[in-house]
Amino acid sequence: MSITNQEYDSLTKQASPGTKSYKTIPMAFLIGGLICVLGQAFINLYIWLGVDQQTASTLGSMTLIFIAALLTGLNMFDNIAKVAGAGTLVPITGFSNAVVSPALEFKSEGYVLGLGAKMFVIAGPVIVYGVVASVVYGLILFLFGLV
Amino acid sequence: MISRIGQYTLQLGNAPSIVGFASVVSKKESEGPLCKYFDIIGDDDHFGEETWEKAESRMQKDAVGKALSKAGLTTGDIQYIFAGDLLNQCISSAYGLRDLQIPFVGLYGACSTMAESLSMASIFTAAGACTNAVAVTSSHFCSAERQFRFPLEYGGVRTPTAQWTVTGSGSVVVGSHLNGPYVNMVTIGKIQDMGIKDLNNMGAAMAPAAADTIKCFLEDTGKKPEDFDMILTGDLGLVGSELLVKLLLKDDIDISKKHQDCGLLIYDLEKQDVHAGGSGCGCSGSVLCSYILNNMQNGAINDVLFVATGALMSTTSVQQGESIPGIAHLVYLSNQSL
Amino acid sequence: MDMFMEYLKAFLIGGALCAIGQVLIDFTKLTPARILVTFVVSGVVLTAVGLYEPLVEFAGAGATVPLTGFGYALAEGVRKAVMQYGLLGAMTGGITATSAGITAAIFFGLLIALIFKPKSKS
Repeated sequence: MSITNQEYDSLTKQASPGTKSYKTIPMAFLIGGLICVLGQAFINLYIWLGVDQQTASTLGSMTLIFIAALLTGLNMFDNIAKVAGAGTLVPITGFSNAVVSPALEFKSEGYVLGLGAKMFVIAGPVIVYGVVASVVYGLILFLFGLV
Repeated sequence: MISRIGQYTLQLGNAPSIVGFASVVSKKESEGPLCKYFDIIGDDDHFGEETWEKAESRMQKDAVGKALSKAGLTTGDIQYIFAGDLLNQCISSAYGLRDLQIPFVGLYGACSTMAESLSMASIFTAAGACTNAVAVTSSHFCSAERQFRFPLEYGGVRTPTAQWTVTGSGSVVVGSHLNGPYVNMVTIGKIQDMGIKDLNNMGAAMAPAAADTIKCFLEDTGKKPEDFDMILTGDLGLVGSELLVKLLLKDDIDISKKHQDCGLLIYDLEKQDVHAGGSGCGCSGSVLCSYILNNMQNGAINDVLFVATGALMSTTSVQQGESIPGIAHLVYLSNQSL
Repeated sequence: MDMFMEYLKAFLIGGALCAIGQVLIDFTKLTPARILVTFVVSGVVLTAVGLYEPLVEFAGAGATVPLTGFGYALAEGVRKAVMQYGLLGAMTGGITATSAGITAAIFFGLLIALIFKPKSKS
């Protein structure tokens, strides 16, 4: 080849169309915002039904997790996500979809080694690093006597 | 008789002819502009099977069966079958073809497999090692997604440079006599790697390999792009096609008027949501074994350079931060025997 | 009116957090899995330095529904558990506080996977 890797890299960047961020960012904002509004509506519903704030908040998240799981099973989540981008990825719905979709996909490899083992193939790191970060925070609180 | 011309190109004397070919695709591909050229179109991506892997094996088996019946041959007439696909250990080929009881050579050339298998079948035939050989390959959107990317129902976002794996298979029966189209020459490509690491920009990773192989062929033979009706690359897509033309222009080779890409031919990029075009072994396989060979048979086009391109990475190498090596093999098809 | 403001705040903050995620997708090479990890860890860190709690009080679900809220729940759980149980709390607090969400995802995930089949995309 008569060009260097660096030259080819810049040629590639020129030829590659960029993401239409003027579309994707507003859509993520809109749909992500609406999912949070839906979450708030569920929380208010549960409070109205007579549970305390903390429980209502947990139930609200669980409801969103259920809806996202169901939409994933009905083959609809990925079509919404195509338009919403981070709007469905960042809310707890994205976590739910990341758990359900590999479970569904790898069922063909069996209930234990497929469905069971692959369930956290995408969402696993979220729990690993989230929990580790919280343990570090707890250790700091304890060691420095901050609480 | 096979003779070497230049450094890399083989000229196949008594050029082997393509005596039969067939393509199998799924629904999405049939909604594209090449619909009427395909032999078998599945109602859905399952092809009546339980898993995506079995569906892909089924496509290969059907493609071979159809190509043989179009050639008026049976499995007993075939001395070798050259096959490959994208799945780990090439299981689509192994499981799809196990019942045929034809001596089997498994190949891995990623998306370049159609040109690789066709080269091997032609060279074996021209060398007199067999009278008839079959070349076949396939890819399946769903089996490729789950192996290389994400589960089907995962709501990830595709970048604009990403390509869509074609659900399709193509099969060619090569024979040592008869009429055109003929396989006149073969150039086996060298691995090229210009440091592209983006798994969602395969076209860019493969374009240098296509450029190198085309350049070697033209240098070896002293031919020019204008000598051909079409220079057909496998699955470079929008980005890779633009890069290929630019790369060759730097060597004063202008293929812009003759260049076509299977990944751009198979889908309607405006209407079908495939981003930068089609990809996969089945992309070049199904386009060659439908639109191209049909048009060669009826004389609408006579000289085609078929250059299928492949990206030789795995999910492991990509996760380990390696760049993506590309490969391209060239087959010179002509209605005129040498 | 209060109700409307509550929803508006949830919409704006929740939307903004998602928009940040979209900016990361569009302008960095971060894969979706990395973005989720970034959000959860950021949630823990922001809670630890005291910035996330006010956001939750302001925006409600707008701050708890995005994955940073998952990090917030982890960190809050740990803080309360350390107060109550000392060192052991650092180990138990996070998962205890988020157990409902994680268990819901596992249970519904299994249920849905048993009932439905993956479909090809068009």
